[in-house]
Amino acid sequence: MSTTASTPRPADRLREADQPAPRQVDGLTAWIDDRTGAAPGIKYLMKKVFPDHWSFMIGEVALFSMLIALLTGVFLTFWFDPSMAHTVYNGSYVPLQGVEMSRAYASALDISFDIKGGLLIRQLHHWAALLFIVSLNVHMFRVFFTGAFRKPRELNWVLGTVLSLLAIVEGFAGYSLPDDLLSGTGLRAMQGFTITTPVIGSYLVYFIFGGTFPGTDIMPRLYSVHILLIPALLLGLAIAHVVLVMVHKHTQYPGPGKTEKNVVGYPVLPIYAAKQTGFFFTVFGILTLISTFFTINAIWVHGPYDPNATTAGAQPDWYMGFADGALRLLPGWLELDLGSFTLSLNVMLGALVLLPLVFIIQGAYPFLEAWVTGDKREHHLLDRPRNAPVRTGLGAAALTAYGILMFTTSNDIMAIKLHLSINDITRTYQVLIFVLPPLVFWAVKRICISLQRADREKVLHGRETSRLMQSAEGGFSELHEPLNEYDRWHYVSYEPTYPLLEGETGSDTPGVAGSGRKVSKARAAFSRFYFQDSINPVTPAELEAAHHDHETHEVIEASAEPREQIEAAEKH
Amino acid sequence: MNEQNQPSAEVVPTGTSDADAVRLDQGHIHGEGGYPEAFENPGLPPHTPRLTDIDEAAAKRAERQIAGLFTLSIIGSILFLVGYFTFGVDARNWFPGVGVMSTTHLLLGAGLALGLLGIGLGVLHWSRTLMPGEEIVESRHHLASSDEQRAELADTFVKGVEGSQINRRPLIKYSLGGALGLVSLPILVQLVGSLGPLPKDDLYVSAWSGLPDENGKRTFSAPRLVLDPENRPIKASDVTIGSVFHVQPEGLLDLHDHVLEEKGKSSVIVMRLDPGDFADNDLGRKARDWGHDGIVAYSKICTHVGCPVGLYEQTTHHLLCPCHQSTFDVTQDCKVIFGPAKRPLPQLKITVDDEGYLIAAQPFMEPVGPSFWERD
Amino acid sequence: MKALTSRRHPAALVLLLLIGLLITGSVYAALAPKQATAANGSASQIEDGRKLFESNCSTCHGVQATGTPDGPSLVGVGAAAVDFQVGTGRMPMVAPGPQAPRIKTEMFDQDQIDAMAAYVASLAPGPSSPTADQIDASKGDAGKGGELFRVNCAMCHSSAGAGGALTRGKYAPGLKNVEPKHIYEAMQTGPQSMPVFNDNNITPDEKRDIIAYVQQTQEHASTGGQSLGGYGPVPEGMFAWIFGMGLMVAAAVWAASRAN
Repeated sequence: MSTTASTPRPADRLREADQPAPRQVDGLTAWIDDRTGAAPGIKYLMKKVFPDHWSFMIGEVALFSMLIALLTGVFLTFWFDPSMAHTVYNGSYVPLQGVEMSRAYASALDISFDIKGGLLIRQLHHWAALLFIVSLNVHMFRVFFTGAFRKPRELNWVLGTVLSLLAIVEGFAGYSLPDDLLSGTGLRAMQGFTITTPVIGSYLVYFIFGGTFPGTDIMPRLYSVHILLIPALLLGLAIAHVVLVMVHKHTQYPGPGKTEKNVVGYPVLPIYAAKQTGFFFTVFGILTLISTFFTINAIWVHGPYDPNATTAGAQPDWYMGFADGALRLLPGWLELDLGSFTLSLNVMLGALVLLPLVFIIQGAYPFLEAWVTGDKREHHLLDRPRNAPVRTGLGAAALTAYGILMFTTSNDIMAIKLHLSINDITRTYQVLIFVLPPLVFWAVKRICISLQRADREKVLHGRETSRLMQSAEGGFSELHEPLNEYDRWHYVSYEPTYPLLEGETGSDTPGVAGSGRKVSKARAAFSRFYFQDSINPVTPAELEAAHHDHETHEVIEASAEPREQIEAAEKH
Repeated sequence: MNEQNQPSAEVVPTGTSDADAVRLDQGHIHGEGGYPEAFENPGLPPHTPRLTDIDEAAAKRAERQIAGLFTLSIIGSILFLVGYFTFGVDARNWFPGVGVMSTTHLLLGAGLALGLLGIGLGVLHWSRTLMPGEEIVESRHHLASSDEQRAELADTFVKGVEGSQINRRPLIKYSLGGALGLVSLPILVQLVGSLGPLPKDDLYVSAWSGLPDENGKRTFSAPRLVLDPENRPIKASDVTIGSVFHVQPEGLLDLHDHVLEEKGKSSVIVMRLDPGDFADNDLGRKARDWGHDGIVAYSKICTHVGCPVGLYEQTTHHLLCPCHQSTFDVTQDCKVIFGPAKRPLPQLKITVDDEGYLIAAQPFMEPVGPSFWERD
Repeated sequence: MKALTSRRHPAALVLLLLIGLLITGSVYAALAPKQATAANGSASQIEDGRKLFESNCSTCHGVQATGTPDGPSLVGVGAAAVDFQVGTGRMPMVAPGPQAPRIKTEMFDQDQIDAMAAYVASLAPGPSSPTADQIDASKGDAGKGGELFRVNCAMCHSSAGAGGALTRGKYAPGLKNVEPKHIYEAMQTGPQSMPVFNDNNITPDEKRDIIAYVQQTQEHASTGGQSLGGYGPVPEGMFAWIFGMGLMVAAAVWAASRAN
């Protein structure tokens, strides 16, 4: 493969004017290298190759949205005053004139109504924050469903998990800062679930709020957490996340010419540098467009916080929805009266247990899967989701559970929009949270397997041409055109998988590094759960057999199921 | 590059003709010889040039498109500046699909969006059409270092520890351990100790127990119920059947400081029911007895996580919390009939004074709001 | 109010015209004799109202308006209740359900509604419809109204006036485009699940403040762009997922695609 086109292209003419430039650059590179010795390193980085696929850019959407939120956040700090001191509003928003409120809320109103462009910056900040967490999640789905988290990238998966946790904490702190009725109600709920912590709950709350709720300390404290502590962590971890991506070199989708030992794509200079820059501006532009035409968090309609007032449709921002949804689903009888103590499991499970649990399971998944599969090799080629049916099913089931909790949070909005009873909606979700995830797991796994079968069919019998052929006997049949080797490679390039057998050593099992260690019963069971239904790719021999048995449309599947019988037979 | 991408390229004959059982994944055996276990990677498909690589006119067109997008960006930035300097922050205009919106918001936003998108899409189009379009192959190297290098690293650590003699000098080891363990305490104690006061009895009292004097002591004085925010006392006769009043204890709304802190515990909702509507059971009777002539007062702070429970349905006598939909039945002493709360809302016992105004007969007899560990 | 004066779109004119018509209508309604003292409607009007009532309402509310198992007694509910329920199209109820919905209807003109109101008011004294002065939003103090609104109204109708859910399929309706007269009457009479806010709870002046607040907040609902219904974080989150992420993915697909 050549790195430069050998024939002159019309496009090259556009660069003719650039020709003298490198000579000037010589001086600059020399100056930098004299002082850093970085010339080879920078050259290496500038020539680094990244594979091109739209799904690889979702992570960039998250990164850029975060940077935009940071930038607009800095702007907001110039006008926002995180103080709970009382003031009487006399800004230009008429319906609140003469109303007593905190400095924090008054300055947030000033940003919205009295500072030119302030509302745009505020909405840009909030939309960027929402899109940051949305795209971070979509990026995570991509990484999960393609198996990109496998060795050597487990560490980066864990970093990403920590980033996503920090992102929602950061979001919640920001949501609370304007001190309007909605954010104050959110803080009230936060106080309400923190106080249910066993033994230390009430102390914890008095420390956090500096006394009785709401107090005057919480705003400045949340502010320093929101603009200093968490952004620093987010930025640092995000940089580490990106550096690790470069160290590992990006994964790539399987395809002709792509192997575990190469990266096929475009170099940083000029293409990736241009794409990244262009994409940053595009993401920024899209966010600005949204912020111009769509209101987010119209703090002025809510009015100042008052513990005696609240609003219908009091919801947290979407990313805290799953925890709030769990609070709506958990039944009251879970509050236990332990003599002179009270254990509020109805609150704790949703607010204090679920949140860390979600992130612990998420962070631990790569290690659990590696243990179950016994796979200790490096993976740089991605899985097509259908080729890992159990993983895809598990992911879909987890998303379903998360989604149900998230939708529960909007049960009141659903009730009025769909004209349903809020009681019925809640009861339905209480059932669905147990029923739907296993159902989805089963369905998605079956769909994956069907797709794998269809792939095998395509390889064995070729592509349907929609051309009909009449045989000598008068019957009609559709002509099938065999796949060429490039197309075929898409369907056969994955690795066959088998469950680990109890006591099996890795050496004779494809895809498993041998340690000679006894595989425990449980592990074998998990492994069966993972692989017993897997459909393996067509082998050359099978293709040959299919060509020979043109009459029979039965496809012989290399299912893992009969393997034990075979092994048993071999022992005889 | 072909030598890179054939993990299992060599043809391995698998299975023999006389095998009893053939592993299906190893394929069918057709008489002579075997087949490779898996297909070979065919290598990168041949490169096809883009239109802009071969057609001068197409390249020129792409150039014009890119320049056009950059020009749009310039127009956008100018729009922003014009918007900023021409209009006041109070200017409003109507916009289709949106309604009346801030003129500066619209012009600044649209200008900035255009300015950014013009550059972004222009550069992306440039990279797609005119920059080199041929994919490059870079080889990966195994991440792990050699065994020697790893051993050297481990050696370095071992030698370092040996050099420090920490293992041979237990006195240093243990005293350092103790010192390190303790040195975190000063920092931790400063933080935790100074963050806030201890709760003491604060969760058990409210403004209904009296407003705190200079020493923070509260003395119950049977305060009148006053409307929030109007700060008007309420006569029992004012509360007609089907009414709901949101009240605070008298004096609270005159405070200068800590109004919200007091309100957070003392917000009360007052309703009047037909005395015959109360449930004919202990709960219903207690509710009626603690009220006055069908007028009952309950803490408005939800026993779940503390939102104000304000949604009173006068037909069903249900109180609903808008945050998590806990539903309380007023006719049964605000027992929870739906939702995640467990405990009923605490009732405030009320009566009337000589002038007929509603007053609290006693403070709340239990902590209001969410449950916590040490409450009974 | 500078914000409003600088608005130049023709829609503003239409709105002004509507408000003008509305106020004229209200003034007319207020000046009509039966409104000030509802029980004193002219005998012929009460007679007209009785006929209308018998043919349209008596099936559920009884021939004497004393109620049946299908509908409550209307003795003592006053003219305000009739004007609200019929004027907003809630009555006659279209179909049985947990709650009578607001329906735009041409079923009765204001004269007919007034006649029915006079008839019901003649049965027993009850709250009458507000005077034009009582619902003149320009005389209200929106700031004060807002404070009252947040404590008394927002938990059901939401702070944006978008409405909210109650138990078992009931709901608090949205307040957008509700006539000031009907807002006033709703507070006065406590229709359906809504509690009553009598004049000792919220005085007539305070009711006017609330009307002023409700009107003014609507005018500012879209200052920063489409308000997405005013339902808060739920539609915002959905928008971010579907529209926001959709645009981002579209941009990514285009950026990563190979030009022809």
